[in-house]
This record gives sequence, C-alpha cells and structure tokens, in this order.
Amino acid sequence: MNAQIALLLGQDGFINGAIYALLALSILLVFSVTRILLIPLGEFVSYAALTMASMQAGKPVMLGAMLVALCLIGLLMDARDALRAGRRLRFRASKLLMPAYVAAVTGLSVTLPLEHIGMAFQGALTVALVVPLGPLLYRVLFLPIASANGLVLLIVAIAAHVALTSAGLLIFGPEGSRTEPFSDATFTIGDAIINSQTLWVIALSFILIALLYAFFEKNLYGKALRATAVDRLGAQLVGISPALAGKASFALAAFISGLSGVLIAPITTIYFDSGFVISLKGFVGAIIGGLASYPVAAAGAVALGLVEAFSTFYASSYKEVIVFTLLLPVLLWRSVAQKGVKDEQ
Amino acid sequence: MTARTPSASEVIALLQVSGLHVSYGKIEAVSGVDMTVGEGKIVTVIGPNGAGKTTLLSALMGLLPARGTVRFDGEDTAGTSIKSRIDRGLALVPETRALFSTMTVENNLELGAFRFRARPARERAAAMEEMFALFPRLKERRAQLAGTLSGGERQMLALARALMGRPRLLMLDEPSLGLAPLIVRDVFRIIADLRNRGVSILLVEQNARAALKVADYAYVLELGRVAAEGPAAELAHDPRVIAAYLGINSKHQERLAI
Amino acid sequence: MSPILRFRTALLALAAIVVVLVAPHLLAPYQVVVLNNVGIFALVTLGIVLLTGIGGLTSFGQAAFVGISAYATACLATMADLPPWLAWLGGSPWGALAAGLALTLLVAAILGGVTLRLSGHYLPLGTIAWGISLYYLFGTLDILGGFAGITGVPPLRLFGIGFESSESLFVLIWVVVLVSLLATLNLLDSRAGRAIRTLNGGQIMAESMGIDTFRTKMVTFLLAAGLAAFAGWLYAYTQRFVAPTPFSLQAGIEYMFMALIGGAGFVWGAIIGAGAVVYLKELLQDVLPLLLGKGGNYETMVFGLLVIVLMQKMPLGITDTAARRLKPLLHARRPAPSGAAPWITAAPPLPRRPRPAPAESILEVRGLTRRFGGLVANHDLSFSVQAGQILAVIGPNGAGKSTLFNQLSCVDTPTAGQIFFRGRTVNGRSARDMAAAGLARTFQHVKLLPTMSVLENAAIGAHLRGGKGVFSSILRLDRREEAQLLKEAETQLVRVGLGAHLHAEAGSLALGQQRVLEIARALCADPCLLLLDEPAAGLRLKEKENLADLLSKLRAEGIAVVLVEHDMDFVMGLADRVMVMDFGEKIAEGLPEQVQANPLVLEAYLGGAE
Repeated sequence: MNAQIALLLGQDGFINGAIYALLALSILLVFSVTRILLIPLGEFVSYAALTMASMQAGKPVMLGAMLVALCLIGLLMDARDALRAGRRLRFRASKLLMPAYVAAVTGLSVTLPLEHIGMAFQGALTVALVVPLGPLLYRVLFLPIASANGLVLLIVAIAAHVALTSAGLLIFGPEGSRTEPFSDATFTIGDAIINSQTLWVIALSFILIALLYAFFEKNLYGKALRATAVDRLGAQLVGISPALAGKASFALAAFISGLSGVLIAPITTIYFDSGFVISLKGFVGAIIGGLASYPVAAAGAVALGLVEAFSTFYASSYKEVIVFTLLLPVLLWRSVAQKGVKDEQ
Repeated sequence: MTARTPSASEVIALLQVSGLHVSYGKIEAVSGVDMTVGEGKIVTVIGPNGAGKTTLLSALMGLLPARGTVRFDGEDTAGTSIKSRIDRGLALVPETRALFSTMTVENNLELGAFRFRARPARERAAAMEEMFALFPRLKERRAQLAGTLSGGERQMLALARALMGRPRLLMLDEPSLGLAPLIVRDVFRIIADLRNRGVSILLVEQNARAALKVADYAYVLELGRVAAEGPAAELAHDPRVIAAYLGINSKHQERLAI
Repeated sequence: MSPILRFRTALLALAAIVVVLVAPHLLAPYQVVVLNNVGIFALVTLGIVLLTGIGGLTSFGQAAFVGISAYATACLATMADLPPWLAWLGGSPWGALAAGLALTLLVAAILGGVTLRLSGHYLPLGTIAWGISLYYLFGTLDILGGFAGITGVPPLRLFGIGFESSESLFVLIWVVVLVSLLATLNLLDSRAGRAIRTLNGGQIMAESMGIDTFRTKMVTFLLAAGLAAFAGWLYAYTQRFVAPTPFSLQAGIEYMFMALIGGAGFVWGAIIGAGAVVYLKELLQDVLPLLLGKGGNYETMVFGLLVIVLMQKMPLGITDTAARRLKPLLHARRPAPSGAAPWITAAPPLPRRPRPAPAESILEVRGLTRRFGGLVANHDLSFSVQAGQILAVIGPNGAGKSTLFNQLSCVDTPTAGQIFFRGRTVNGRSARDMAAAGLARTFQHVKLLPTMSVLENAAIGAHLRGGKGVFSSILRLDRREEAQLLKEAETQLVRVGLGAHLHAEAGSLALGQQRVLEIARALCADPCLLLLDEPAAGLRLKEKENLADLLSKLRAEGIAVVLVEHDMDFVMGLADRVMVMDFGEKIAEGLPEQVQANPLVLEAYLGGAE
C-alpha cells in the first residue's frame, strides 16, 4: 500500500465513520430516553437515500403514502385509547399538528416537479419526509408497550425492521441506487486527491453535532429530553410526558439518520436492505461507548469506519467478519471492567 | 407551632380519597383507604416501613394504577395522566428525590417549571430567584451538578424543583430521610413555612413525632389500612400510637420539629 | 411419585409414542415435511426458551450454532479425503453428531466466556455481532463451499435403519424433540433447574445462597447451544444440503420470534411457537397473493406486522394467554394439594453441619469503614457476636445498616477494616464462600422468584446442601437428594408458619409472609449466622410474636442472629444486645435496657444538646 491508497482508504473510513458516529448518537439518545434499541434506524437511512434517488431519477416518491397510513393508524389508536379510558373525545389543536405536517410534505412530494427543484431542496424535502416516520412509528408500535420488558421492546424493534425492510422493497424496488454527488470538485494536496463529498459529509456531521449540543444544552425541550434520560421518574414528576419524550427522541433519530442517508447516497450504492448492516455498525459504536457516553461512542464509530475501510483493502471478503468480530474484544473489555453480579430488570 | 383542630365544616377539601385500593400484582399494598386533605392544611401519614405509605402517594400521583375515587379540587382524577394531575396542581417529592443528577441546579429548577413552558422565559427566571431567596444554599450552588450536592441540599433542591411548578398540594415522601438532625429541623421549618404561603401538604414521615408536631391532621397507616386517624395533637398522645410507632426515638423527633 | 401420577405419566408417554409413530402415515406427505421443519425449529427454540425465557439471557446467535453443527455434519459426511486425524469420524453419523456437538460447544464456550458476564443489552447485541460474523464465515470459507454450500449429504443410517423418507425422519425428529422436552422439564424441576431460574432477576440472591451464577449461565448457554447442535445435525440429514442462508442472523431472529410468540417462559412454548410461525408463514404465502395480487412480496412485511401485533396483544406469548384462559377449567377439576407430597415427606433429613461451641465467636468486626465517593456509609464500626446471641442493630433509615449487611455477607467490600467469620478473615471472599461457611441472610427489599412456588423458593436456600447437577436432573437420578432438599424446605416453612402455603406462588403472599419465607429460605442453608434485614416489617402483632418465638428457639440452638429492625418493642423483648447506629457510626451498644435508658446515648443520638 502506498500513501495515496492509504489516504483514499482513510477518506472512505472517515466518511463512513462520521455516518456511523451520527447513527451511534441517535441510538444512544433513543435508548437512554425510551430503553428501546432502535434497530430500524438503518431503514430511515436507506429510505432517505432511496427517496433522494427516486427524486433525481424522476420516479414518483411513495414515502408519503406510508406516512399517511401511519398517521391514520395513530389517530385511530388515540381515539381507541381515549374511549377505553372513559374519556370524552376532545378536540385539541395540537392533535392536528402531525396530520397537517404529513399532509403538507406528502402534498409537496406528489405535486412538485422533483427532478428539477435542485439538489438542496431535494435533500431538504427528503429529510422532511423521513422525520415524521420516527414519531409515527413510536406512536403506533412502541407507545402501547412502553412499560413492557426490554426483550419485548427489542423484539418489536426487530419486527419493525423486518416489516420496514420489506416495505422498502415494495416502495423502492430491488435495484440499488446512488445519487449525484453534491459537487464534483476535488482538491489536491501534494499528490493526494480529496473528494469534495468527503468534506461535505464531515462538515455537515460537525455542524449537526454542534447543533445537537446547543439543543441539549440551551433549549428547554432539549433539556427535558436529557432529563428523561437521566431520571425517568423525575421527568414525569415535572410534567414531561414519557410519550412526548419518546416521540421527540424518535423524531431526532429519524432526522439524523435521514440526513445521514442523504449524505451517503452519492458515495455508496444503497439497496432496500442496506440499512440493517449500517445501523448495526452504529450499534457497535454505541456499544463501544458503553450505551452511555456520547464522545466515546462517536470516537469508536470513526475508528470502526477506518478499520472497515482498511480491511476492505487487505481482506475484502472477510470485511464483515473482521468488523463484527472486532466487537468481541470490546465486549471482553467491558466484561472485565464490570465487577460483581447485577440483577437485571 | 400549635396544631389546630380542623372541623369538617371549616375545611374545603382539596384532596378527597375514598376506598382506595392499590395492588402490586397479586399483593394488595393499600386496601380501602379514605382520607381528606383540606385547603391550606398539613396532613401527615405515619406508619411502619411496608405499611403502604409510598404506594399511597404514588397512586395519588398517578404513577400506579388504583381502584377507588380520588377527587382533587372537586374533580375526579380517574383515568387522568400524571401530566394532567401536575397541570391541576399536584406535586410529589419522592423518597429518592429523583433529581436530574448530571444536570445543574439551575437546569433542575428550570425543568421544575416545565409545565409553564409556553410562558415567557423571564417568568421562569423570576420564579427561580424566588426559590433562591427561599433556599440561599441553592443560589451558591446554582452552577453545580445536582449529583454533587450534599443530602440536605438535594432535599432542598427537590423541594424547590417541586415548588417551581406552583403546586396547590405538595406530597412529600420521607423528606427527612438520611438527613442530619439540624437539617431535618430546617426541612420541617420550611414545611411549616410553606403552609403559611398557602400550599397544602401531604407528608409521609418516619419521624412520627416531628410529623405530628407540624401537622394539623394525621392518619396512621398499618398494613395498607388506616389504623387510626385524628387531629395530630390528639394522636401524638394516643397511647396506642406512642407504643407502636414512637418508641425510643420519640423525644429526639419531638425536638427536631421545633 | 405417587402410583397414580406414575400411571398417568406412563399413559401420556405411550400416547405420545403412538402419535409419533402413526401421524406420518395419516398426514399428507407435504404436511410431514412441514412438521419435520417445525420439529427442528422447535428444538432450537427450546434452547432459547431455556436460555432467554427462563434464564433471562438473550441470544440471536442460535442459528449460527445450528450452522456450525450442520456444516460439521455435512463436511464429515461428504468429504472424500479427510485429514488423517479426522478420518476416523468420516462417514459415521454418530461421529458427525459428536463432532458437531463438540465444535458447537467449543465455540459457545468461547463466546459465552466473553459475553455472559455482561448485563443488560450487551448480550443480545454481542450475539447479533457474532451471528453475523459466523454467517459471513460460512459464506466465505472455500472449504465450506462458499455461498453455494455443500451438496450430496448421504441419507442418514442409524442402527442399520435408513432414514431417507420424510416419514422415517418425522419419527426420528419428533422422538428427539419429545425427549428433549422431557429432559428440559426434568431439569427445571430440580436443584440445577432452580439455579437456572434464579438467573432471571435473582442473581444477587442466588450468589448469597451459594449458587455460582456465572457457571449456571454458562451451563444454560451450553445446553441451548447443544440443542441447536442437535437440530443442525438433523437439519443436514433432512435437507441433505447445507448453505449459509438458514444460519444467518435473520434465521437467528426468527428463532427468537418463535420463542416469544410461543411463550418464552414455557417449555411447551417452543413447539407452539415454532408451529405458529411456520404455519403463519405458510398461510401468508397462500392467502396474500389472493388478497393483494401476485406481484408484490408482501409476506415478510405482513409477517413483521403480525409479530408486532402479537407482541402488543400477548407480550408473554400464546402459551401464557392460553394457560390463563384454561386455568379456571383445570383448577375446577383438581383441588390444590396441601402439604408436601409423600415422596418428599418420606425422605430422611439432610445431615447438618457441626454446631459451633456455645459462646464461640461467630462474627468479629474491627474498624469497618465503607465510603461511596465522598459519602461515608459506615465509619469505624467494631462489634462482635457469639453463638447463641441475638444482636439488634437499630437506627433511622439511611444510617448505613444495609451497607453493613452487604459487607458482612461479602456482597460489598469494605473500604477499610476487618471482618472475621468464625475466626477467619472474610477479606477477598465472595458471597458464595460466605454462604458455604454458614452465613445466611434475608434482604430488606424482598428477593424472591415471584412465579415459583413457596416450596421451591425455600429450597433454593438448601442449594449447597445438595450436589446433583444437570445430567443427574435430566435423567432423574437426583430424586433421593431432591426429596431431601424439598423436605428440608417443607420443614423450615412449617417452622416459620407457612406450612399452608407450600404450593402457592411466592408472589401471591402478603409482604410480611414474603419476609418470613426469606427467613425459611435462609434456614434451609443450615446457617450458624443469620442476618435478618427488617424481618418484622409488615407483620401483624401475632405474627411478630411467632417470629420472636422462632428466633428465640434458634438462639437456643446456638445460631447467632444479627437483625436490623425498626420495631422497638420487637427488638427490646428479644435481643441480647442492641447496637445503635446513626450516620454510619456506632453511637452506642449494650443491653436493651441500658441503651434505652442511657442519657448519654440519647444525647448523642439526638444530634447535640439544645
């Protein structure tokens, strides 16, 4: 290997690592707020990438149909819950927020000439379409079992991944897609070529992380989410509803992974079932962070991206074996670090 | 402080509980409790460990499902969420305090006013200054993480956080737990002070003497049932209560409630 | 076992044999093939029921274990030129079974060693990771035929009988399934099985009763892997062809679906879950094209949605829901027995450990200090307890009494100071060692297994007084010892006044009774030191008097007792000495009357004079 190849691999590794880091952060956020391991996170990534690709290919965008269906199911469930609790069905303006938003983005996705609206707008609309998937899925799938044990939550998360993947096949078809790069510019440093897409991904990842930091440090709602993660009972006692916190964390996760999907779409060919392995690598990052520490998880995810890039070069057919076997020493380290016996619950 | 004897006609019932049952799986922890908390009163629930005191408060707050009627300010709370109870003016400071340990004192207080999130931020800031006037220690520690506070400061923060939500009925679960005697005395002084500001208080305490000293009315809970009730001053001298619950600690507790 | 029960069991076994032999000839050939699959899946799922449903350890990697064994079988059966050191195994199905089992167990032991100590969500995520790794390994190793797999596995021949037709395989598969089911039922109803059942939420308690929880986890994990290996062997001979796909993570996830849908807490849930999933998929394949047209691939999506709906409606699985529906019917016919069965009461009593000499020093604590960060939970505590003495520790909540107990029983380690138990230092010893040395305890927050019977809960305390393991339990060679253990449990339960509740679920007792059950469990260990954390809380007056009588009797037998209690009346009438704690420090010790009357004590305890 020469320096040029190393730099190329390093670039690949950094891009993927940055994406895994973003996903690891979403996983940690959702897990600490709701105790759910959000396995279907990867589907948000692939849905976003494939939606963006459909727009550019001039194919109809079908994601809106799914949003409308989920939204209707959610409203029916709300009504059923209210009737069961013996409450009167009360009309509240806040209830209309989600249906109105879904109607608006779906309307845009159906009526606009998506092929010609420009890449920035395509990306924004794509993310806007993926975000409501988060809270809607939380409402329909997880809210009814919010107090169930961890295993049931995990199984439902996995079943959701199964259903979403095959729904992806129906919506997007079996072919893989890749979108146009944000710009074709390249930079040369010495004899190394740096792709502008690399810079895009890394810059946007940093901006996103900075925005998230500001949200959690300065904004009352961001603080409320943190509070829910720190002490669920305390959060309930100051009036932060766990359902609202759950929906918010899912929305944030969908936003981050939707954006990740838009970012990697020009770099990697994405298929309807690509999401799972991508999100698993986010999980590896999250595990390295001990399902608790954000900076360690991010660093672990970047390291993972680099290992993956270099193992592609040295032993490409064993790439996945190497990446996932790498988890064992991490787990071993955690296992040695954990002292004594604990009771689960 | 002298405990007054409230007569039924004089008191407007803020909280009215009748026939409350709470179960964990197959075990009934609270069986058919009736109780009333009048507006502006301090009512205490005393009893041995495992009598169902914490369970009772959790059920009133909506944290546990329960059978029976709970009326708050005349309205039935059946089927309402914790959030809606908070919006109506109920607040609970649990035994564990449930602070946001990795967040600052200021953030904890700010989140205490989460139910006023739609109001301008300066109102929250003003409320926070009020709390700092009431608990000067917290002002000194405003930028410190809640997890690094001492036991007494934590209890102050838990109380202040609950007060940030401007509750009408404040439920306190073992506020003196694990606190040094001098600080316990502070806590009881604050409780008495809060009543003078118009906050009604439902107090669960193991320091039975101290609780009876500060309260207007008391219930003795035993094995999930009300074993005795009456004006606190009378109950404090009831020989059965003395024998069963006050025991060796009694003089000590009495001094703490000054 | 009573003659009637034995007769009923024999009848059931006979019926099962007849069904297994006759069914393949009555069913359509296609149904036989489907049921063969159900049987193989049920075997794997049974392992998950044991591991996840009962032991609380989540694994998505069982399919990979099936794969290891299936590949080992296929390799040995098909390869012409095996290396010399393997050649003796070639061509023999028994050799293939042995090799598949050995290889699977080896891999499982390594993976288990890395992941089983971890709590929470690391285990499932870890199993997902190695499930993927092994799958890719199957697909990339040339020797295993890559993604095309290995074809041409010869038909199975055992004892000179050929198992080529689906019908003959049906008999073999279902005999293996039923035998495994019986073995699992036997296992769970034994000393080793009780240890496995403590893993789900009772590990601290289990260690305090002398159960090695890590070893128990490993044994459970290996049993589940072993069942998967058996399934892999059957799979290779049923399909006569192996490729990576059926051993992928997706398959591992599907096995977990089967277990949870069937009911992970129930042994029968394995068969019900495997059957439900297989037939559900068949149904979807038949029905969906009619409803939605042939074009789309809707099965997987609808299947995923159905799993979600099932989990929302029946979070504990079909078996649980069915059992609860059927319970009233079954109960009406069979009144619950009171008292222990005759085969238990007839057992000879267990041998007891030699009693300590009167006034032997049992516990000696010197300068004990425990800090948590800046908080001093125990500060410079010194005291001692002799055989036949009751020491009461009193003090307000938060005084550090439970911290003290945790250090005495080696659940927690002192920051400084020394503890001597019967003259030997306990430094560096584990909770298990202390249990073996004769210390038994109860917990402030009751730690029982709520769905297990009162009798079985108490028998956990006698764990170290028996020695039969997994294999004796499966083969029922443990019955003599088991009867003795259960008899001990019964004896102690009668002694504490729970004789009428032997067969009730522990979770259905009142809280006070649960505390008393913990005392019975501790007594089953035949202790010389008993640590009781608030034993009288939640008891009625009469029950308190009975408890005091019992503790007096234990004292007369030479047992040393340390108890934490709030009820002063209870303590004052009973204890030989009282130690008063406040803010982690011992502020007084002496005879009950002395402590009560001592003005200095009161002064100190009151937090300074006015």
